[in-house]
Amino acid sequence: MKFKRLVASVVMGALFSGAAWAQVKVGVVSSSTGPVAMVGIPQKNSVPLMPTKVGNLTVQYIPLDDGSDPTASVVAIKKLISEENVDAIIGPSGSPNAMGVIQFAAEAGVPLLAPVGTAAVVLPMDDKKKWVFKTTQNDQLIADALVGHMAKTGIKTVGFIGTSDPYGENWAKVFTESAGRKGIKVVATERFQRSDSSVTAQGLKVLMAKPDAVLIAAPGTPAVLPQITLYDQGYRGKVYQTHGAALPEFLKLGGKKVEGTVLAASLMLVLDQISDSHPSKKIALDYVNAYEKLNGSKPATFGGNVFDAGLLLKNAIPHAAAKGKPGTPAFRAALRDALEQTKDMPATQGVYNMTAADHSGFDERGRELIAVKDGKWTLIQ
Amino acid sequence: MEFPIALMLVQDGITNGAIYALLALALVLVFAVTRVIFIPQGEFVAYGALTLAMLQAGTVPTTLWLLVGLGVAVTAVDGVPALRAGRPGRLLGVAGWNLAYPLGLAALLSILPLQSLPQLAQVALALAIVVPMGPQMYRLVYQPIASAPILILLIVSVAAHLTMVGMGLLFFGAEGQRTPAFSDAVLDLGPLMVPGQTLVIVAVSLTLIVALFQFFERTLYGKALRATAMNRVGARLMGISPSLAGKLTFFLAAFIGALSGVLIAPITTVYYDTGFLIALKGFVAAIIGGLGSYPLAALGALLVGQLESFSSFWASAYKEVIVFTLIIPVLLWRSLNSRHVEEEE
Repeated sequence: MKFKRLVASVVMGALFSGAAWAQVKVGVVSSSTGPVAMVGIPQKNSVPLMPTKVGNLTVQYIPLDDGSDPTASVVAIKKLISEENVDAIIGPSGSPNAMGVIQFAAEAGVPLLAPVGTAAVVLPMDDKKKWVFKTTQNDQLIADALVGHMAKTGIKTVGFIGTSDPYGENWAKVFTESAGRKGIKVVATERFQRSDSSVTAQGLKVLMAKPDAVLIAAPGTPAVLPQITLYDQGYRGKVYQTHGAALPEFLKLGGKKVEGTVLAASLMLVLDQISDSHPSKKIALDYVNAYEKLNGSKPATFGGNVFDAGLLLKNAIPHAAAKGKPGTPAFRAALRDALEQTKDMPATQGVYNMTAADHSGFDERGRELIAVKDGKWTLIQ
Repeated sequence: MEFPIALMLVQDGITNGAIYALLALALVLVFAVTRVIFIPQGEFVAYGALTLAMLQAGTVPTTLWLLVGLGVAVTAVDGVPALRAGRPGRLLGVAGWNLAYPLGLAALLSILPLQSLPQLAQVALALAIVVPMGPQMYRLVYQPIASAPILILLIVSVAAHLTMVGMGLLFFGAEGQRTPAFSDAVLDLGPLMVPGQTLVIVAVSLTLIVALFQFFERTLYGKALRATAMNRVGARLMGISPSLAGKLTFFLAAFIGALSGVLIAPITTVYYDTGFLIALKGFVAAIIGGLGSYPLAALGALLVGQLESFSSFWASAYKEVIVFTLIIPVLLWRSLNSRHVEEEE
């Protein structure tokens, strides 16, 4: 009898919690299935770790999967806005997906926190993109770090191999500009597909140009194949990777053949080597431990990007609550303004300093130079 | 272009082409016998490769539970009518293949020290898990609609493909896997260094093609399949069971698919959804052969492999566009040069 009553109260609670007052609703759209699933799964798994209580307001998260399909992202966003009347949206996982939903979020006046790679969602800033905040490091920030390392180690020519998707395209553009400023020449630019079973031809083309170093720009584990191919073709020079390769699986798949790789990424890969004075260390460590306890494995950086979105909201919600009730346009507009005012807020990926012009807000505390040494990520001091 | 580089590109094209050839043969075979355009062919590639990777990681592959689940379903579908008809012998046969075999395999896998087994044994186990799904799939998905029009079979194939990709994500996760090479040896031919894995792929593909040829030319079952492919009604009148022909075909298709997966796993990173694109290129090759000719399909596969390799060299950003655009002139040429045979419905 007691049990029955308990079940009844839990069910009633679940039914009525949706209608509870003074509650902030946040939609989370991730690609936990489909080709971008490796990005979306840690994002989805991070949702239960995000703050559920801010001041005297409760925060309810409504996770949806878009199957990596940009059209499905738009449907999900529209559903969250019109049916759930959400106050903010976190997602979607993929760059093309995010580009497609910006106008709908802007029209409805809902802040969108996009954990995507491409800077195009916040740059150049305009009337629509002012509703978007990006919780990943801009490619520019990472590229500058890599180019800095190249210049310091005397590298003059670089070969580039990137994926033929927005990630690789943007990297080709950003990196070529950044390298040009330091007098480093990009002598070969090659593309490959995530699903390719061989990049032998691209590797040969790059090696023919005899570069001092090679940069590989691919999101996730596809970054491994070109590097292994180059190694098998006898290339023993320096290989650089982007933050897209910053995953534990990169080491597992690459093994001995990715030894010596240099990349720049958030501190999450080398937490134990970061000095305790870094403002992000404790937050990132707590997040990683909580994630591991819940899911049994360490999170990829992508999960941290979504978790940070939760922290940004937590920081902004009290300011917005002073100006309006959750669920109203006034609250959402105030929430956007508050997000834009974020100052010196440490999170798992670095320290956020938003301005009207910069909706990503990272500085050099958001990236570390990391090398693969003895099969482990090692901080370059 | 320098000569050694051209040679390396040719070699790369042959390696990929050999895999496409195997898949093209399987697609032609399935279409000829059952009129099914077998889109899930690629999923067997991914299942084979990733099941092997799981075995090598020392875990019991999750695909095993799919095998058990399909087995239970087939037993229910086939066993109940056999029981009603009072044929306990048949029931025993059905249950033996579909219940006892997967459960026995599960028991075997839980006992064996998977990680330390020789590589060939691991491959055999991976095939033993994945290949029986072919005939099971035919029984559950295609046999009930065996006489439906080609279009319906195609739509069902798309559904089966999407289901298998979804289950693949569930079984293997989103991250890709690689397996160690079968051979680290490198054959030094002057300017050309041929990795052992390439030799293994080409050798296995050739062996399999010859074996298939022998099977179709010399064995009773092979001849039965050929007869069904030529004339379904006639073959049935001669006492060839269409459902047996279907299951046998799907067994071969699943075997070829899983073996291709095992072969490419050491040279590339295989994801749960990698198979589709590989099989699609096999399909382009099969189209070059008009979905009817085995030698033309194999030649087409080599052509696709070379085209892919050289277009990656010259214009890597447009590689897929170039490979898939090839299908247009081929279709044009075929529709102008061959007389139309309308499928009898």
